[in-house]
Amino acid sequence: MTVDALAAILLIPAVAAAILALMPDYRITALLNVVAALLTFVTALSLFVVEPVSGQYLLVDDLNKVFVVLTTFVGFTTSVFSASYIGHEIETGRLTPAFVRFYHAMYQTLMFAMNVALVANNIGLMWVAVEVATLTTVLMVGIYRTHEALEAAWKYFILGSVGIALALFGTILVYMAARPVIGEGLDAMVWSVLVTRASEFDPALLNVAFVFLLLGYGTKVGLAPLHAWLPDAHAEGPTPISAVLSGLLLNVALYALLRFKMILAVSVGTIAPGPLMVVMGLISVIFASLMLYRRRDIKRMFAYSSIEHMGIIVFAFGMGGPLANFAGLLHMSMHSLTKSAIFFAVGHIAQVKGTQKIGEISGLTVTNPLLGWGLMLGVVAIVGLPPLGIFMSEFLVVSSTFARAPWLAVILVLGILIALGGLLMRINGVMFGAPEGASKPTEASYMPMFTHLALVLMAGVYLPSALVAGFQNVARLLG
Amino acid sequence: MQHGLEFDVAHLLAGSLVLASFMMLYQDRLYALLNVYALHAVVLALSVAWQAFVQDAPHLYVTALIALVFKAIIIPVSLHRIIVRLGIHREIETAVGVGLTMMAGIGLVALSMVVMLRVTPGADALAREDLAFALSVVLLGLLIMVTRRNAVSQVVGFMSLENGLVLAATGAKGMPLVVEISVAFSVLIAFIVIGIFLFRIRERFDSVDVQALDRFRGERR
Repeated sequence: MTVDALAAILLIPAVAAAILALMPDYRITALLNVVAALLTFVTALSLFVVEPVSGQYLLVDDLNKVFVVLTTFVGFTTSVFSASYIGHEIETGRLTPAFVRFYHAMYQTLMFAMNVALVANNIGLMWVAVEVATLTTVLMVGIYRTHEALEAAWKYFILGSVGIALALFGTILVYMAARPVIGEGLDAMVWSVLVTRASEFDPALLNVAFVFLLLGYGTKVGLAPLHAWLPDAHAEGPTPISAVLSGLLLNVALYALLRFKMILAVSVGTIAPGPLMVVMGLISVIFASLMLYRRRDIKRMFAYSSIEHMGIIVFAFGMGGPLANFAGLLHMSMHSLTKSAIFFAVGHIAQVKGTQKIGEISGLTVTNPLLGWGLMLGVVAIVGLPPLGIFMSEFLVVSSTFARAPWLAVILVLGILIALGGLLMRINGVMFGAPEGASKPTEASYMPMFTHLALVLMAGVYLPSALVAGFQNVARLLG
Repeated sequence: MQHGLEFDVAHLLAGSLVLASFMMLYQDRLYALLNVYALHAVVLALSVAWQAFVQDAPHLYVTALIALVFKAIIIPVSLHRIIVRLGIHREIETAVGVGLTMMAGIGLVALSMVVMLRVTPGADALAREDLAFALSVVLLGLLIMVTRRNAVSQVVGFMSLENGLVLAATGAKGMPLVVEISVAFSVLIAFIVIGIFLFRIRERFDSVDVQALDRFRGERR
């Protein structure tokens, strides 16, 4: 049997993780980490050229191609950022080489788990993959072993485990619903089989299952009121992990939710999953935007901004329909790129200034112009100002909602505006206040940050028609 | 007749699991809680083994064995040792009184019966009852986690919750990947237990009390 691209995107990170666990020198492992991530990304791109055959365990369709390419791309750029970030952490002695070795192995394990979750055709396998992804991130969040890091990791552990447990109960219920129709055994857990036969399933059982799945995977998406782990985990872990958490892992959990939403959409007698998602999305947007005002820690602030944006995305998918789904997909991609770029900037800034406290960072545009303006551009993008990509996707979400449910759109716009005010108010002093603190030049890697921002800017000005067609196709699939 | 016996034994074991969950609710000593948890795991092992026998599914014996060896022996013993080594307070501080917790527990069991029995009229009786009991165990596990302040007893609550999930998974006849899932869960639990020890929560904080952890939170100062 030849190894096709599908197997390769799983094998490359798995093998890399094993090799990285054995290599002692951090410079080589950092480089290897980058190479492995790049290889995975290139292989993921090849999925568009030759579509591999899907089986009972793995599946490639238009929906998860988008997710896989986004995940592997951000995974690659983050590994580049991570290399320079980790180098600095070793110099300052915050991490020892042994921990870095562990960190790199975990990084590739995380990429492996996320890729498995995205291409899994079996809902049980998908669940296991999300669990593994959670475990690896828990370990990485606690890697500094300070009071705060341990507390964050512990909280993430417990809340994440409960979420995962609820998701498993939902998965079991889906199997119970499918068994009388499809029969016992593996087929009743295969997503592509489930989605074709879902109309015959018992709707009541599917309803209960979806509630559990929404609560379970929703915890991992970071929807309010299940978000408590998210700000701590983002603030206390190494910054590359904050970038991967916000940019990728939240998307993976959302993807799992979308797969189940598609099953429910086929079934006739079930409740519409849309309104549930719309309500949770709106609560998250409003709640997170209000929370932005009193933040003192810069990474924690952007973590709340992630909750807000996941809220918008879940809202868009909850509204459903080709236009809202298209907007949701676009917003998800734009958010991943922008938020990870912001974390790249914040990571270097925190290293230069030696603090994450907003009050202690001031006048960045003077002391570190390149980092400062990079972060400023990222913030302008994330609050949704034109002409960047997020403006366009938010505009699409809002305008498509106005046509169908004006009141919901009003609430959404209110949330977005509150967030805009909060972020700009907080970031103003950081950027333009009286210069303060260290201004020593850094060996920052600007490439990942500016690549992401350039992509976001480009998407805001002009979206290639091939991309639009692809997203429209996926949006139709999502129903 | 044979069918009646199958049903009765499964019913008895699943019911005992709920009972054991209730017993955990009113323990106020950590060691006693661990002993009840071990009992919980033994009941689970019996229940899973019975399902393996009834469904004629030999792979489920693996799950039963994991429950017996790993959950009923290794985990309680190692937690016991960790408590001694780290010198954790042996009394459990509860956030809510025992009486109120028990009432809430009864309410949760009633809720899960109402929900599960109503939505599964089509499924066979055994699976229905199992699912209703399993949901009760899951909810009671959540209740334990919510009402306890100590990290170790929260972990025990989580493990009992997980036992409920294994009960549900084995009750769903012919479900694939059950063994794999129970192994994945055991890994998760092992991580948590090792985490308590390796992260040396005791060394870093004065207690493994989650409230104490809260004080270190980034912004509360």
